[in-house]
Amino acid sequence: MTEEIILQVQDLKTYFHTDEGIVKAVDGVTFDLHKGETLGIVGESGSGKSVTNLSIINMIPNPPGKIAGGQVMYAGKDLVKLTINELRSIRGNKISMIFQDPMTSLNPYLRISTQMIETIVLHQKLDKKTAKAKAIDMLKLAGIPAPEKRIDQYPHQFSGGMRQRVMIAMGLSCNPEILIADEPTSALDVTIQAQILDLIKDLTARLGTAVILITHSLGVVAGMCDTICVMYAGRIVERGPTTEIFDKPKHPYTQGLIKSVPRLDKTSGDRLYSIRGQPPNVIDLPDCCPFYPRCDKAMDVCKRKYPLSKDVGNGHAVSCWLYTEAK
Amino acid sequence: MAEKDTLLEVKDLKMHFPIGGKGLFGGKQQYIYAVDGVNFTIKKGETLGLVGESGCGKSTTARAVAQLYRPTGGSVNLAGKELTRLNAKDLIAARKNMQMVFQDPYASLNPRMTSGDIIAEPMKIYARKGLVAMTHKEIDERVEQLMERVGLSRFFRNRYPHEFSGGQRQRIGIARALALRPELMLCDEPVSALDVSIQAQILNLFKDLQDEFGLTYLFIAHDLAVIQYISTRVAVMYLGIIAEISGSADLYKKPLHPYTQALLSAAPIPDPAIEKERKRIILTGDVPSPDKQRPGCYFYDRCWKRMDKCKAERPQLKEAEPGHEVACFLYHD
Ligand SMILES: Nc1ncnc2c1ncn2[C@@H]1O[C@H](COP(=O)(O)OP(=O)(O)OP(=O)(O)O)[C@@H](O)[C@H]1O
Ligand SMILES: Nc1ncnc2c1ncn2[C@@H]1O[C@H](COP(=O)(O)OP(=O)(O)OP(=O)(O)O)[C@@H](O)[C@H]1O
Ligand SMILES: [Mg+2]
Ligand SMILES: [Mg+2]
Repeated sequence: MTEEIILQVQDLKTYFHTDEGIVKAVDGVTFDLHKGETLGIVGESGSGKSVTNLSIINMIPNPPGKIAGGQVMYAGKDLVKLTINELRSIRGNKISMIFQDPMTSLNPYLRISTQMIETIVLHQKLDKKTAKAKAIDMLKLAGIPAPEKRIDQYPHQFSGGMRQRVMIAMGLSCNPEILIADEPTSALDVTIQAQILDLIKDLTARLGTAVILITHSLGVVAGMCDTICVMYAGRIVERGPTTEIFDKPKHPYTQGLIKSVPRLDKTSGDRLYSIRGQPPNVIDLPDCCPFYPRCDKAMDVCKRKYPLSKDVGNGHAVSCWLYTEAK
Repeated sequence: MAEKDTLLEVKDLKMHFPIGGKGLFGGKQQYIYAVDGVNFTIKKGETLGLVGESGCGKSTTARAVAQLYRPTGGSVNLAGKELTRLNAKDLIAARKNMQMVFQDPYASLNPRMTSGDIIAEPMKIYARKGLVAMTHKEIDERVEQLMERVGLSRFFRNRYPHEFSGGQRQRIGIARALALRPELMLCDEPVSALDVSIQAQILNLFKDLQDEFGLTYLFIAHDLAVIQYISTRVAVMYLGIIAEISGSADLYKKPLHPYTQALLSAAPIPDPAIEKERKRIILTGDVPSPDKQRPGCYFYDRCWKRMDKCKAERPQLKEAEPGHEVACFLYHD
């Protein structure tokens, strides 16, 4: 990880217009991604992790969705404002994405070779033969045994873990600057998960790729990430270096989350700590702290206004009235 | 002979699913050996945790115990009754004592019934068959009681499943399972689909209910930390068999089977300092498919401690230390 910022997300807002009302899926998200950094986004289901990342590469289905505000600065350009064609040259090339279910991005009717070669030829302007050699190299790096044979197989001939490896090989085949991985291991068993995470860590370190890793697993971010953003109800409520977040969590939500996970290395005693209540519906949320109904430390001001992000040092920032002077 | 305080005794349980047609010209019938000789007992008031990777046969084991699948072999003895030999009618009566809770509360709740009706349904069915003596009024009262007990307001009894969150739906499923006052609950990944903060609430609820009603659980999860938290004893499954079974504390402190060791080392711990220092046993290869029986140890292909013997012969589950059984030649003399 270096000081050089390669992606800057500023006050990003993505709303969905539905029959029930306006879903503020992402509501003012700001973060920087540095060259070679692995940044984790954690949060509960529906907190806006996937929508944040789909917004970055401008892949929000419209309608019903729309980027309602903010900027995504990459290489001097605001990705939010690019044309489809300009975006195409970036997606899959400079910024690539892998998903939880590899079958959403693999075409079941095409051989792996066809799919990989197409991408490489398109973005890297190589001839087919060189592209195939490159594809085989990537599959080998991704730990696919006998890649020169398996490359001509179809996706269904691979197991779940191997398909995820193929996805990673494809995702990294154009040496992207940024890899966005949305729950890349959530559907996999722990032993396979360990292999895949190892692979992502190893390959991206070698290629100098920055990674945005989306997951709901605190264990996964603890082992993988330099920096963590904690999302709640469409906002980043806390962000900072991984060790800071785990050692000195500031936001009551982050604190509660860390305490409520049962841990392998400790006995949790008779009862687990648990945060009461449930995450809010992000339709028609009032402009206050969305966590206050579940918060043990809620104050009057929390019900009235959303707290601005406050820098608490060491690159650690939190949005909570406990750390901000109420005005 | 089972000990006096044993509630469930499972012996050599087998569930082989036939696949494909038998070839017209005398081709051999093929099977999926989903569960292939499983033995365990659960004492009253205990929780046996069942862990293992996807497809190893956890759900099939629970379903074969519940007789939702009729096992192809072995015996299932619940409170002194041999379930595998019961006819359909006696089985219904016996099932009253044994209820299931599933992973996906949405798929397992009828979307067209209100939460109140869902919870009342088993009581109504058993009352109609004369298997429980309850009046409508008593059933109504019990529904409200159950809802309050699992943390749902009784004012929600006329709401439909889609009007509840995932955690609340799981509470409905638990209330329904409790309705007939079973001794045994078979819980198939009841917290796997839930968010961390909700998962903690539901795990606590399972523990509280156990303390209050003396419930016995067979509890399936693939999260080893969840299993550690909830279980008195733990069985680790691999490809249709039990690789290791022991007291929970023992298993986590001193895993014996190379597979258990790998599983534990692969599970992430939410602590960056620990994660940095940890040595992982990275297994190669994928879990093989259970579509054939093998002469040797089922873990042979992925084992980093395999010996020649393991290829030819299948190790049986044997006690290596008091109360700690393992199916691995490293511990058999
Ligand atoms: N196409 C859509 N139409 C309407 N609402 C949507 C759409 N896509 C997402 N949303 C809503 O936006 C919110 C954020 O969703 P998102 O998928 O980003 O959550 P997430 O944090 O990735 O959750 P998970 O952990 O379940 O993947 C949710 O409330 C979701 O229902
Ligand atoms: N009705 C069935 N017919 C044929 N095969 C089946 C049937 N049910 C399960 N199987 C197979 O039996 C094996 C064990 O499946 P089971 O669902 O018990 O695994 P599991 O351990 O519960 O996995 P998971 O963690 O994914 O839920 C799998 O290979 C599965 O495909
Ligand atoms: Mg998502
Ligand atoms: Mg299952």
